[in-house]
Amino acid sequence: MLRLPRFDFVAPTTVEDALAARAAHGTDAMYVAGGTDLYPNMKRRQQTPRTVISLAGIPTMREIHSSPELGLRIGAGVTLSHLASDPLINEHYPAVARAAGLVSTPPLRNMGTIGGNLLLDTRCNYYDQTYEWRKAIDFCMKKDGEICWVAPSSPRCWAVQSSDGAPVAVALGASVILASATGVRRVPAQDLYYNDGIQYLTKRPDELLVGYILPAIGGWRATYVKLRRRGSFDFPVLGVAARVDFHPDGTVRAARIVLGAIASYPMLVPAAADALVGRPLDAASIADAADAAFRPAQPMDNTDFTLAWRKEMVRVYGGKALEEIKGDVRGGT
Amino acid sequence: MGTNESPFRVIGTPRPKIDAVAKVTGALLFADDLVRPRMLHCKLLRAPHPHALIVGIDTTRAAVLPGVAAVLTGRDLPVPFGILPVSQDEHALCIERVRFVGDGVAAVAAVDEDTALAACELIDVEYEPLRAIASIEDALATREPALHDYGDDANVHKRVALDFGGVDDAMQGADVVREDVFFYEGNTHLAMEQHAALAEWSADGRLTLWSSTQTPHYVHRALSKVLELDPAHVRVIATPNGGGFGGKSDPFGHEIVVAELARRTGRPVKICLTREEVFYCHRGRHPTLMKIKTGLTRDGRILAMDFTSFLDGGAYGSYGVASTYYTGALQTVTYQVPAYRFRGVRVFTNKPPCGPKRGHGTPQPRFALECHLDKIAEQLGVDPAEWRQRILQPPNSVTANWLRIGSMALGHCISTVVQASGWAQKFRQLPFGHGVGIACSSYISGAGLPIYWNNMPHSSVQLKLDRSGGVAAFCGSTDIGQGSDSVLAFCVAEVLGIEPIDIRVVTGDTDLAPVDLGSYSSRVTMMTGHAAIQAAVRARDVLALAVAAKLGVAGDRLTVAGRRVFDAEDPRRSVSFAEAVQIAESGQGAVGTVGSYTPPRSPGRYKGAGVGPSPAYSYSCAVAEVEVEPSTGIVRVPKVWIAHDIGQAINPLLALGQVEGSVYMGLGEALMEEMTYRDAERRMVHHHPSMLEYKTPTTLEMCDVESFLIEEAEPGGPFGAKEVGQGPLLPIPPAVANAVYDAVGVRIDQVPCAPHAVLRALRDKMKGKDGRYGPTRVPDYNFPEASLVRTPAQGGDGREANGRPHDEVGENRESTAGVSTAGVSTAGAPPQEKR
Repeated sequence: MLRLPRFDFVAPTTVEDALAARAAHGTDAMYVAGGTDLYPNMKRRQQTPRTVISLAGIPTMREIHSSPELGLRIGAGVTLSHLASDPLINEHYPAVARAAGLVSTPPLRNMGTIGGNLLLDTRCNYYDQTYEWRKAIDFCMKKDGEICWVAPSSPRCWAVQSSDGAPVAVALGASVILASATGVRRVPAQDLYYNDGIQYLTKRPDELLVGYILPAIGGWRATYVKLRRRGSFDFPVLGVAARVDFHPDGTVRAARIVLGAIASYPMLVPAAADALVGRPLDAASIADAADAAFRPAQPMDNTDFTLAWRKEMVRVYGGKALEEIKGDVRGGT
Repeated sequence: MGTNESPFRVIGTPRPKIDAVAKVTGALLFADDLVRPRMLHCKLLRAPHPHALIVGIDTTRAAVLPGVAAVLTGRDLPVPFGILPVSQDEHALCIERVRFVGDGVAAVAAVDEDTALAACELIDVEYEPLRAIASIEDALATREPALHDYGDDANVHKRVALDFGGVDDAMQGADVVREDVFFYEGNTHLAMEQHAALAEWSADGRLTLWSSTQTPHYVHRALSKVLELDPAHVRVIATPNGGGFGGKSDPFGHEIVVAELARRTGRPVKICLTREEVFYCHRGRHPTLMKIKTGLTRDGRILAMDFTSFLDGGAYGSYGVASTYYTGALQTVTYQVPAYRFRGVRVFTNKPPCGPKRGHGTPQPRFALECHLDKIAEQLGVDPAEWRQRILQPPNSVTANWLRIGSMALGHCISTVVQASGWAQKFRQLPFGHGVGIACSSYISGAGLPIYWNNMPHSSVQLKLDRSGGVAAFCGSTDIGQGSDSVLAFCVAEVLGIEPIDIRVVTGDTDLAPVDLGSYSSRVTMMTGHAAIQAAVRARDVLALAVAAKLGVAGDRLTVAGRRVFDAEDPRRSVSFAEAVQIAESGQGAVGTVGSYTPPRSPGRYKGAGVGPSPAYSYSCAVAEVEVEPSTGIVRVPKVWIAHDIGQAINPLLALGQVEGSVYMGLGEALMEEMTYRDAERRMVHHHPSMLEYKTPTTLEMCDVESFLIEEAEPGGPFGAKEVGQGPLLPIPPAVANAVYDAVGVRIDQVPCAPHAVLRALRDKMKGKDGRYGPTRVPDYNFPEASLVRTPAQGGDGREANGRPHDEVGENRESTAGVSTAGVSTAGAPPQEKR
């Protein structure tokens, strides 16, 4: 089997100790929670930290606190299995529960955490390969090389945002808590991500994502639909997260439609929301919004399926998501 | 269905595999579980270029790394090998040239895998890149560079042109002529167990290799050849395979490498491949481009069929000559085809080598044929199920290409699934987006000829009976998960009147057991079964003779059952089985018997007649029901009904497992599996050599399967049995494609049936264009004139008619004896008079 490189393993029991360990070991250290992303990447030499700081032993990172006014604060170490099955989250934030439940396979959801999912490394068919495979194409700019094989003349990396949780976080208007030696800050999820396959996070390397805050409920509905080859195991080739806020008369007050696995960040499409605002959520407005979501989508040839078909699917899955919010259809794949 | 009362006690009863408990508890030891004292670990350095000359290799830095015991390069193992005598084109490690990304270049034995890996990185290889050959068209058009210096032309490995009965003339008389083009993408086996091998030399200089191989006998031959060892001093033990499906049927470089490393270091050496390396071993389904043309009468009788195939063989020969013939061999065994032409060409490209995968060379043409027939049925305005019933090849017949058919229950298979699926209420009647499709198929129950020319048995069994009442059954056959060890025990237990648990099975070991050619071509139940029966009958006769004297009963009145030997007319006169052995042992000494089996000779005598003949043909028919989402083109398959003509199930539990497993594998090929590569600019790297990105169905995509075993005993089969391990895969891809047409009216003439293809075809159809997705033409290739072979109906003698009498004795058997994974031709073979 593929071998992990050698590394030192540090297992703090408090956030403070984790931050101190990171400060002590510097840029050669990385945090790990469930390890379902990092360890396979390390086996492929995509990341080769000298020190791995485990967050699994920090009890406070696995707590969930709710408040009706402020919303829900979820510890970054809560597992995806827990989120997918938690009754409270299923009742009030079904999109969050569904997205968590659609990640990979049951064993990986048992290990994987929401924090790790939100920070998932961007993915690409030229990057998620073994060292020997990548060597055969002289590597790529995301790791060890110079070129982006997806778009050889491009100055940037086009690796794909592939988390199911991230588009939901952005659509909901959720935020994250980042802790570092210099303090704690709360950042809207939308501002956590950046459209670059390498610098896909605005989080500083020394910052630790400790919490995930969901907004107060009431007056809005949200969902997430995922497109992938198979009903399990696969990363999304397209995710559509949508939140729609309603006026009492049923017309749309506001909306946030976010595309996952289309760019290097969860892509908020304001034009899709504009197509809905002020109108009832009906077939006509949904078709307009789906079309608006489809237009700016520019998938690249770096995931499963053909890119032309994936772009076509933005319209279909955009429609599916909004239809589901409308209540006509039970969606999801 | 035969009689209601089974004449058997063990045969035909559902029983767990004899190693089932060991498998589910983890007690069974696979190759990578084995650990020997002082064992070293091996890693291979693999080529990063699809096609390059090796200018120089410097292993100095690797050799001095602490913990490294030995380093090998290709020059240390200069003798070539390959599964077929005609394609000895592989080396354990590349010597002068690498031919695909992943080709082995150097090997290290070290104290652990990490050290071996680190040493591999210290090996400096200087390459001179060559232009890579990327595709069938590229290979046909490119003379230089050529991957190999042998073959039928430049980058053409093999070409075949055979005409049975004169197709052009027969086509002239047709009322209806239809021609279609199809493409079947390559795919791989994806066995759960990665290949592993462990080599050890004894103090007296004998080699033992444990390996996850389907063919220990052929590995034994390759090891002896490359290492230049007396075969009597080489022992190969096939460990239980965690799945094979054809992917472990070739001798592999890594097996030879660990043997040589163990020789040099004096220590046991083990290698276990990574999943990515298994993708590079490949030997899977050939990507195949096909053209099929059929002429019929107005009332639907086939007059002539003309079939052409182009196979992308990858970088080495492997079983490719056989694969090529197989794409043309079995079109004739399902339906009456009085005149048939087959032309095929296999090319070399700079990709991992293709070879035999479940169904070897026949799923591609079967997909083409069954989709083609579906279109013809529509053109003729007939129900495709009912029409197939009218044109079936009869049992006990000889086909136009000289294949002898024995039992043939395909009609029964068709009627069974038609009824079970509610075909009459569904076909062309389900709402848009829902459809049903039907397809049939056939497969060999073992190949008529071995891979290398010889007159010896294909399978042999030795039995040792002793006073404990236990029986040991020795056979070279290899259990790859299909349950062949169990079949061996069941056959012996049936004949001797004892229980399977009483049989100690010793298999897959070239030192301990007599030769069986291996677990390929669906041959083991047929051939080991016959050998086991013969050995067991002989043992029963020995016991009967001894007991008859003791009991004072005529030997022919004695019978066995329930672990007793008794007088059939007076069962009270009996002895226990153990007592019977003791009596025999007291009288004659040690009790042991042997049995063996060689397939009957086929009537075909033309060059290429070695591929296709089999002691018996299994038949399958499947109906698939599909749901097609018109907005996405996504195809789901909720259910498959499948009936398989097995002759007689040795164990229906295992047989149904093979049927369902075949449906699963066929479904993956139909819907998603693709072994594909980037373009030459991107070094022809494999798209996705991982289990995450090489898409194969999960339990969520797997359909419900309603399986039927059709049991009409085959006179040539052991207890009437035929194969089941491969045939049921074959109808699945065409049944799915035909169902997609029924659902949404578009033809997807290629495998896999990907959503973008369906969506494109739907869009085209809406625009008034042809609702079809698939290739439109095959390359212009100048085949040689086909050898004309008169058919049995024309009074032919099985030989070429048009003046190419091949030299029956002059040809070098090792280099021309053709072919098969299953069978190698016999081009140069003298008649086997002894049969």
